Amino acid sequence: MVGAACALYAGRAGLDVVLVDRGPVAGGTTGAGEGNLLVSDKEPGPELDLALLSGRLWAELAQEFGAAVEYEAKGGVVVASSSGGLAALERFAEGQRAAGVVAEPVAGDALYELEPHLAPGLPGAVHYPQDCQVMPALAAAHLIRASGARLLTGHTVTDVLRAPDGPVRGVRTDRGDIHAPAVVNATGTWGGELAALAGVPLPVLPRRGFVLVTEPLPRKVRHKVYAADYVADVASDSAALQTSPVVEGTAAGPILIGASRERVGFDRTFSLPAVRALAAGATRLFPFLEQVRALRSYLGFRPYMPDHLPAVGPDPRVPGLYHACGHEGAGIGLATGTGRLIAQALTGGTPDLDLTPFRPDRFAEEAA
Amino acid sequence: MTDPNDPNHAAVLPHLAVIGAGPAGLAATVAAASRGVRVTLLDSAAQEGGQFYRQPAAELRARRPQALHHEWRTWERLRNGLRTHVDAGAVRHLTDHHVWLVERGSEGFTVHALLGPEQEEPVEVRADAVLLATGGYEKVLPFPGWTLPGVVTAGGAQAMLKGALAVSGRTAVVAGTGPLLLPVATGLAAAGVEVAALVESADPKAFAGRTGALAAQPGKLAEGAGYAARLLRHRVKVLARHTVVEAHGTERLEAVTVAALDGDGRVRHGRERRIACDTLAVGHGMLPHTDLAGTLGCRLDGLAVYVDEEQRTDVPGVWAAGETTGIGGSALSLAEGHIAGRSAAARLRGTEPDPRAWAAAAKVRDRLRAFFAALDSVYAPPAHWTEQVTDDTVVCRCEEVTGGAVRQAVAELGAGDLRTVKLLTRAGMGWCQGRVCAPAVAGLAGCELTPSRRPFARPVPLGVLARAGEPESD
Repeated sequence: MVGAACALYAGRAGLDVVLVDRGPVAGGTTGAGEGNLLVSDKEPGPELDLALLSGRLWAELAQEFGAAVEYEAKGGVVVASSSGGLAALERFAEGQRAAGVVAEPVAGDALYELEPHLAPGLPGAVHYPQDCQVMPALAAAHLIRASGARLLTGHTVTDVLRAPDGPVRGVRTDRGDIHAPAVVNATGTWGGELAALAGVPLPVLPRRGFVLVTEPLPRKVRHKVYAADYVADVASDSAALQTSPVVEGTAAGPILIGASRERVGFDRTFSLPAVRALAAGATRLFPFLEQVRALRSYLGFRPYMPDHLPAVGPDPRVPGLYHACGHEGAGIGLATGTGRLIAQALTGGTPDLDLTPFRPDRFAEEAA
Repeated sequence: MTDPNDPNHAAVLPHLAVIGAGPAGLAATVAAASRGVRVTLLDSAAQEGGQFYRQPAAELRARRPQALHHEWRTWERLRNGLRTHVDAGAVRHLTDHHVWLVERGSEGFTVHALLGPEQEEPVEVRADAVLLATGGYEKVLPFPGWTLPGVVTAGGAQAMLKGALAVSGRTAVVAGTGPLLLPVATGLAAAGVEVAALVESADPKAFAGRTGALAAQPGKLAEGAGYAARLLRHRVKVLARHTVVEAHGTERLEAVTVAALDGDGRVRHGRERRIACDTLAVGHGMLPHTDLAGTLGCRLDGLAVYVDEEQRTDVPGVWAAGETTGIGGSALSLAEGHIAGRSAAARLRGTEPDPRAWAAAAKVRDRLRAFFAALDSVYAPPAHWTEQVTDDTVVCRCEEVTGGAVRQAVAELGAGDLRTVKLLTRAGMGWCQGRVCAPAVAGLAGCELTPSRRPFARPVPLGVLARAGEPESD
């Protein structure tokens, strides 16, 4: 998805773009994502700024692609399970409002007008109308098509070509060399591997997540609904399994249930404990789901970086190398802003946001 | 009745869970139970037998159910063996149990099932080892009109004959490819249905070039000759190297158009003919059921579960037998089940099995595998069957995805494999999880049919999933 957005904005900035992927379109984490475009789970800071920029760009793209990418400005509802939790949530929302987020406190009764099928007795919630959703694989495919980029799927990059004095000259693939004065690393969870081919470290690690998909239903869950502890899990550094229910209906009918997080490398083994915890959390929020059947579950690997911020922008260690990866679970949402910032960096324009917090070499300094 | 989950039972004999009570599962159960292992046999049907030995519902009081089966004596021996072991408490037979997941834990396996037909109440069985005998399912390729009422799968028609002793419809066409079409056509004819034609896309001459493996199975050839005689007796017209290009009807099926195929597997235009019928039984072979094995992490060999000489998968404690390891009919399933049951029993009791003890079964297995490999290369859908699929033909029935949508995903959005087509079109995302449409989608996308990951072998209520495997749910 991030690569697709980079291709779109770079192409629209007048650059000649070749998009290379070892697999098919949306074959990595994109195809395993829910398509969250969230501001609600982000605390004030650089990631929230990028999310707000990205949200505006997604709304623009929705004018162009709307139905084809199943864009839906459904809004998010973050539910507190205790009065103490509600107070913490409201303090969190207050900080977000100061940073430009629309966050509306919802008292008990009004909550059931927003989401009539929620479990009874919940103290309250915060409503985030800016939270949206797209269908990630469709979004990636349509952005690529609109970008005009030359798409080379099934091409594995085996090396980053560099001139004797350092700057990149393109990439080597298993099906031939591609010459270019700039290379954008949008390889998501595998971003560290590509950086290594260019001779620089970039600490991107996989953080596994499962998603449960139910049978198709008439719309019963209207927003993206999640428990307040989700925010804490997103920001956590723990390697152990964490689950906090994120429940949402989709345009196509099934309800999607996320989100588990665990650092277990690239292990694709099905995990009943992870999926069971998702089901338990979702049925606690929406008791009617007890009888609803799960048809399938799938897993993906979020590209996790130690400070939970992506690497976006030029790599000062390798002239001509740009990074656009490490967005953890927010890559779909943050793709548009990232693509715009990369295009601005590639064309020497002034970036819409300060790239300093996203510097790709920020970890090297710590290690040194 | 004894409870195999009760640790006080039977001096804690090792416990094997066998999933599937068709020929492979029954043979495995009897073989293992005879050799000092407790067995729990789980199956989704109300009676043992699987698809091959499907029995008429007891309340129909069939006088001669054997009329619909061959190898009736083998079946009686298996059934009696099962009953003896059940009566002796060595086997627990759980009917109407729909297994949705087998979980591997540090101390063995947990088989998660839903109690049928509602499939809402969970049942969990713990075992030291599992033997997957989950069989196969029918492959059906789409063509215009295939979703009309009156179009059924060949296996579905046979199941109706065996289970209900009846079929709806008076005039039928049996079409597609594969050895299943013969018993379906003769069975329908024997049940009083007028079989207007048996339309087989394979070329009978293709058998000639593969006489080696085929001639090594004189029994199988005699079986084929028997069907030929019965087709003749019932005056069933056999159209070899023909295919159904369209099914017609408004409310339901009224007729089909069949056409001859040329040497390249293309429809010869101008050679179509229309045949009136109210039933079309269509099938294009079988595919192995591998969902449970896949979730356990068993290696697949192409579309089938990989097994070694002892029928062991590459996951310790998991055996597989029958069509889940490759399509090959009941006799092969029996041989594999027998070997798997003996191997599992020996290893669960801590002894090294002696393959010489099952040499006869192994010989049968090797011969039949060669035979079905040869058969498989003969019975193939027409090479260019996708040309008949129009852009408005529904390919994925669950999600109502058309042939045109699949082609668009490939041509315009860059999809080149099953998973990407699914992501971009929803083909295969619905209730059946692509079990029906995956071969068709692969054909239209021009890519290889690869096994899909389906963590749940069947849909499971979230309330059941939320409590699955918790200690108190025993």
